[in-house]
Amino acid sequence: MRRFLVLILLITSVVGFNAFAAPTKLTLWTFQPLHLDFYNAAVKVWNAQNPGKAIDLDGQAFPYADMHNKLLVAVQSGVGAPDLADIEISKFPNFLKGDIGLVPLNDVIDPYRDKFVQARLAIYAKDGKNYGLCFHVGATVMYYNMDIMKAAGVNVDKIDTWDDYVKAGQQVVAKTGKPMTTLETTDQWSFWPLIAQQKSDYFSPNGAVWLDNATNIKTLQFMQDMIYKSKIAVAAPGGFHHSEQYWGAMNAGGFGSIWMPMWYMGRFTDYMPDLAGKILIRPLPRWTKGGYRSAGMGGTGTAVMKQSQNIDLAKKFLFFAKGSKQGNIMIWQILGFDPIRWDVWGDPAMSAPNKFTEYFQNDNVFKMLLAVKDEIYPVTLTEKTSDLTDMVRNTIMVQVLQDRSKTPTQALKEAADQLRQ
Amino acid sequence: MRRSIGSGRFAPYLFVLPFIVSFLAFYLYPLVSTVIMSFQEIIPGQTHFIGLLNYRRLLNPVMYTAIWNSFRYTVLTIAVLIPIPILFAVLLNSPGNPLSTVFRGALFIPTLVSVVVAGTIIRLLFAGSQLAIVNSLLLPLGIKAKDWLVGNSAQAMLLLVGMATWRWTGVNIIYFLSGLQNIPRELYEAASIDGASAWYRLFRVTLPLLKPTIIFVTTISVFGGFAMFEESYILWSGNSGGGSPNNVGLTMVGYIYMKGFQGGAMGLGSAIGLILLLIVLAVSILQLNLFGFFKRDE
Repeated sequence: MRRFLVLILLITSVVGFNAFAAPTKLTLWTFQPLHLDFYNAAVKVWNAQNPGKAIDLDGQAFPYADMHNKLLVAVQSGVGAPDLADIEISKFPNFLKGDIGLVPLNDVIDPYRDKFVQARLAIYAKDGKNYGLCFHVGATVMYYNMDIMKAAGVNVDKIDTWDDYVKAGQQVVAKTGKPMTTLETTDQWSFWPLIAQQKSDYFSPNGAVWLDNATNIKTLQFMQDMIYKSKIAVAAPGGFHHSEQYWGAMNAGGFGSIWMPMWYMGRFTDYMPDLAGKILIRPLPRWTKGGYRSAGMGGTGTAVMKQSQNIDLAKKFLFFAKGSKQGNIMIWQILGFDPIRWDVWGDPAMSAPNKFTEYFQNDNVFKMLLAVKDEIYPVTLTEKTSDLTDMVRNTIMVQVLQDRSKTPTQALKEAADQLRQ
Repeated sequence: MRRSIGSGRFAPYLFVLPFIVSFLAFYLYPLVSTVIMSFQEIIPGQTHFIGLLNYRRLLNPVMYTAIWNSFRYTVLTIAVLIPIPILFAVLLNSPGNPLSTVFRGALFIPTLVSVVVAGTIIRLLFAGSQLAIVNSLLLPLGIKAKDWLVGNSAQAMLLLVGMATWRWTGVNIIYFLSGLQNIPRELYEAASIDGASAWYRLFRVTLPLLKPTIIFVTTISVFGGFAMFEESYILWSGNSGGGSPNNVGLTMVGYIYMKGFQGGAMGLGSAIGLILLLIVLAVSILQLNLFGFFKRDE
């Protein structure tokens, strides 16, 4: 009996001791397994620097739609949310309705507020409170396949305006027989940056529907003309730039260029290995003299959930991972994104060799980025953003660019009228 | 004690209790709550009634497309999935067919394949590239490569109905086979003696006696057709939003998913769900009436 008691004592003391030293468990949901690599690396650094506040991160990656649906239901029902969650930008407005289930991050952001690209804080804010920290600026750039440009005799540094781009495109088509570029017909990354570049958007800053304004109609017409008039573009195989079919065709050297945000760099390194050493990144062409050469697109706002038992720790860790200088450098090193703190872009660590510097022809991507840093207008997200995104993806682009069943004016007007109802 | 449980007063209630409880928890409660939610705007912490606004919001072309697609899909699947399985079942049931068991197995196998696997494979087979299997087979015939999934809605419907036919023929054959085996052999013998041809026997003996099975299969096909979601979701899941170009693959359940879950508008989703319920109810009653299901047997 006594031996039994001793055993019990031993077990409880071991368990108790462990509990005392055990790191705090934080759960994190994301929709992108690549993000988990980053968070796990960040936790390792955090634990080394903060032994008293160690974190045991339980990160889980779900499919895109599943994760957002689960999280929304958890917020609506008040139970089951994780401590931290990645929320994709077009879904973010869903989480800013009613009693907001996210924790404001102002107190951790404020001391460094001026170091961030302001547009990237504003997209996750409501009534002056910041609810999410982004991974990247998402500056949209042009990726040129230099093999094709050389074969066609095109000097990409001479491409300054979209007119120049179309002319260069015609030269590429004439000399190589390959399309200059591809346009997404079932997604929005071909259309949205082009209108954002001209200070237009889907919605006005106060939330009115801008979708069918003159700039947007003109821009969509320009895109249609690229396919059917100047014939420098084709619809992206598979409908969008994230389809296996597109990657295969691009990887085989099928197209001269593509405009996508900076975060697309990782798609090149992971899915288009044969283009290594052939791609040069340049700012977008301008629309007018002195016009802006980029647009900030996409994003993932990481948020601390109100249901968390460890709000304070979660907030501090989140800011360390996505708001600190060290965290921002890791975002570039691990994910290849253009981080939201511009004060790290000049850091020597950002030009150190890694898989991205090896893959792309550019000597220093961030030098180019610093040049366009002030040429990015913020985009406006509203509660209607997800409805509108559905329309752009499912009807507008297909109708105008693929089956030409509607003119740009008709397609945009119809969709805008539906949103205004 | 033992006697009181065993007594006739208590036991019946005990035995039906599991059903009553699960009915209340999983059928009645969600139904009532869906009706209530369809008149509400569901916002975390600030849910409130908005009258008929959800229903008014549904008067839009996307909703019409969803209804039309679901309706077309249901009608077409029934048009295909009743006659073809009956034919197969009759052939398999005819005596003296040595390979009957093999065919039975072969036709049933597609049912066991998950929709996700089947949908993904079909998506790749019908991809737009010249290298995709279907296009590469059509190329030598002089047919230009095309993007099957991005094309018009008739093409999309063809793929969806084709996929349903491939998957469900086997199940319906099983239903019809069991129906056929209940038809007494003597009736066929009697008909043969009276000089009835094989066709005559099919139309005058087999089909009339198969009627209860046909009614059953039609009814579940109506439910299945209107509830279709996974097939179109998987077939176009290459698209980032889960939607399909021009909404060619959008069904009513897909629209519930799009609005309720992806868009976070649970109230609107509930309203679509109730409209779906009413449509299925109306179609089923109409269909059963046509078959004379509600008439008393003479």
